[in-house]
Amino acid sequence: MTAQGLLQIAIYIVVLLALVKPLGAYMARIYQDQPAGLENRLYRLCGIDARQEMSWVQYALALLVFNLLGLLAVYALQRWQDVLPLNPQGLPAVSPDSAFNTAASFTSNTNWQGYGGETTMSYLTQMLGLTVQNFLSAASGMAVLVALIRGFTRRNSESIGNFWVDMTRSTLYILLPLSFVLALVLVSQGVVQTFKSYQMVTMQEAVSYQQPKQNAAGKAVTDAAGKPVTETVKTQQQTLALGPAASQIAIKELGTNGGGFFNVNSAHPFENPTPLSNFLEMLAILLIPAALCYTFGVIVGDTRQGWAILAAMTLVFVALVFVAVPAEQAGNPALATLGADQTASSQQAGGNMEGKETRFGIVNSALWAVATTAASNGSVNSMHDSFTPIGGMVPMWLMQLGEVIFGGVGSGLYGMIVFAIVAVFIAGLMIGRTPEYLGKKIEAYEMKMAAVIILIPPLMVLGGTAMALMLDAGKASIFNLGAHGFSEVLYAFSSAGNNNGSAFGGLSANVPFYNLMLGLAMLFSRYWLIVPVLAIAGSLAAKKSVPAGAGTLPTHTPLFVVLLIVTVVMVGALTFVPALALGPIVEQLQMTGHH
Amino acid sequence: MTNYLKPAAILLLLLTLVTGVIYPALVTALAQLFFTEQANGSLVKDEQGQPIGSALIGQSFSDPKYFWGRPSATAPYAYNAAASSGSNLGPTNPALADAVAARIQVLKKADPANKAPVPVDLVTASGSGLDPHISLAAADYQLKRIAKIRKMDEAKLRELVNASTEGRQWSVFGEPRVNVLKLNLALDQAGL
Repeated sequence: MTAQGLLQIAIYIVVLLALVKPLGAYMARIYQDQPAGLENRLYRLCGIDARQEMSWVQYALALLVFNLLGLLAVYALQRWQDVLPLNPQGLPAVSPDSAFNTAASFTSNTNWQGYGGETTMSYLTQMLGLTVQNFLSAASGMAVLVALIRGFTRRNSESIGNFWVDMTRSTLYILLPLSFVLALVLVSQGVVQTFKSYQMVTMQEAVSYQQPKQNAAGKAVTDAAGKPVTETVKTQQQTLALGPAASQIAIKELGTNGGGFFNVNSAHPFENPTPLSNFLEMLAILLIPAALCYTFGVIVGDTRQGWAILAAMTLVFVALVFVAVPAEQAGNPALATLGADQTASSQQAGGNMEGKETRFGIVNSALWAVATTAASNGSVNSMHDSFTPIGGMVPMWLMQLGEVIFGGVGSGLYGMIVFAIVAVFIAGLMIGRTPEYLGKKIEAYEMKMAAVIILIPPLMVLGGTAMALMLDAGKASIFNLGAHGFSEVLYAFSSAGNNNGSAFGGLSANVPFYNLMLGLAMLFSRYWLIVPVLAIAGSLAAKKSVPAGAGTLPTHTPLFVVLLIVTVVMVGALTFVPALALGPIVEQLQMTGHH
Repeated sequence: MTNYLKPAAILLLLLTLVTGVIYPALVTALAQLFFTEQANGSLVKDEQGQPIGSALIGQSFSDPKYFWGRPSATAPYAYNAAASSGSNLGPTNPALADAVAARIQVLKKADPANKAPVPVDLVTASGSGLDPHISLAAADYQLKRIAKIRKMDEAKLRELVNASTEGRQWSVFGEPRVNVLKLNLALDQAGL
């Protein structure tokens, strides 16, 4: 790796960690303050009593109803966008299966995209549907986290907070102001933000291309053999897709959503024009998930607890950065034999540049890939499908770990806290004591719920992959053949089954089979995790607090950090190594062995 | 259930108003006020004020007298800025090796004297299909060909390349690169 590359990675991590404490402390205050003023009037308009506390069942119901309405709204907007305003390109209504998939995707904070933004979604759908759910799905995840944290801080309590308040405060005081500032900075770098229709420009050179010939009636002309006839068309026009992109991209990164405005997401120069915009977007991906660790520490009254979890996340993250970046920098042996120069120098980034942008080079593309899959963000600035086998395995495995290395806003930390509960349980078994975490006894009920939370995503990923590969409908969408084709399907279900949203884009996922399968996987792994997490919160809140004794395992020490990492990695490795062996590992052996 | 339906519906409506209408509208208003050019696509215009491209979006160049950009995988033609796309070819896909071999051949044919290895970014498709840049090495590789065709002094041409070169941002971020459209416009303007 080049010194310049190391420097950029180091700056990224240092700036990220430096922002953890200020933002984390601010968020802790937001969640501990009582609503006042204008905010209270908002609740009154909705008929909400902000002081009314909810049991975990009520909290879960409120969240589910709220998310269901959001899902229906996104679905309806897509289905009727052709007759709704703010559709300057006259884009048609989205098909029912694709609209379902996208609605499930954006409400579950996955933001998997089976469609191409600039060719599918009207400006209105992007704003009222997708941007709104970018905020609200993120805020829903943060609310669940806050409820779980309250489970630890409360004693003999039947309630875990008020969902409406937690969700609204996350939106208005955390996500909205950060997005507003980031959006404007991004525009200054060249991210577009306009309601005007797409811009036509006259290119320097004309291009000619083949297109299916149509007769006067607009029907495709076929030859004697029934094959469509093509004709050569010459054009000097370039149509620049525009739109209110910056406002959506800011929250796309901050809310670990990842749904891009354009088809190629943050590889698009209008979505991510400069190295600085790239740095800020990448920072925004991990910012809130990292800072929430500190928030957690503040609210439970021991910031060391938050730092310990953040340390575990950061260590795994850094280790995997140093797997992915060198793998991509090493390049593709097949291209080297053809005479392509892949060495890094002051003149070029070198490495595996297929699917990568020149301004980002190798380091910023691979670093982004690790960050976006460590967090359940899923936005991309390079095409993961074209990564080297090992370079592509890192993002895939990070998703399979359950999106707990930073993870989604809220969801990453509540997932990691569940792993911490499992870790203290394992430690308890080893030393023969009743496990406790943050003063709460961990008993059979919590462990059952934790097991459900840890087992659902692998079920979706492995079960879904197996089913897709057994059915013709699943195999028909594969683009690259052989081991890589298997990886495409495994990646898709890893992404949907862990609410990430990134893709090996070669897979033609915008077909009824994948729209339905992946849509269901996203919904199950979002809500079948949220409900048991809230159940744990409710159960913990009802317990009394036990003071730490001589037999208590301290959970802020390096020993615990290691224990937590081992738990996460072991579960992830044991579950997925067989599947990974069939995909990226075998492909790596083919790639290096062949040349 | 109905206890939840009413607050959920009204709250969704109000938050949609805030995050889906007011927020993007306010960002658009401020963007149009303070960053008019960037917000509308960083357009490049000719002397008559007609838009001839965007400084951020690449264009297809195949004439040997121009610098060529990254290969583009957009359909139905290269650099279709209305439908961005990468190739999504996997590293072991024979189609990738075939495409790269063909591109190398085209480059060698345009400049048979050049025996240097070909910079990888010049023969691999970009992520967006719209990459406006090539590496310094890729510009350097093409320099002799263009100097010869345009009967231009190499040192003079190198100056033009340098003028279209963007270094690492703040000397740290990203990769140094050459904006192909800007460079080719400068070439034509130099009248050579």
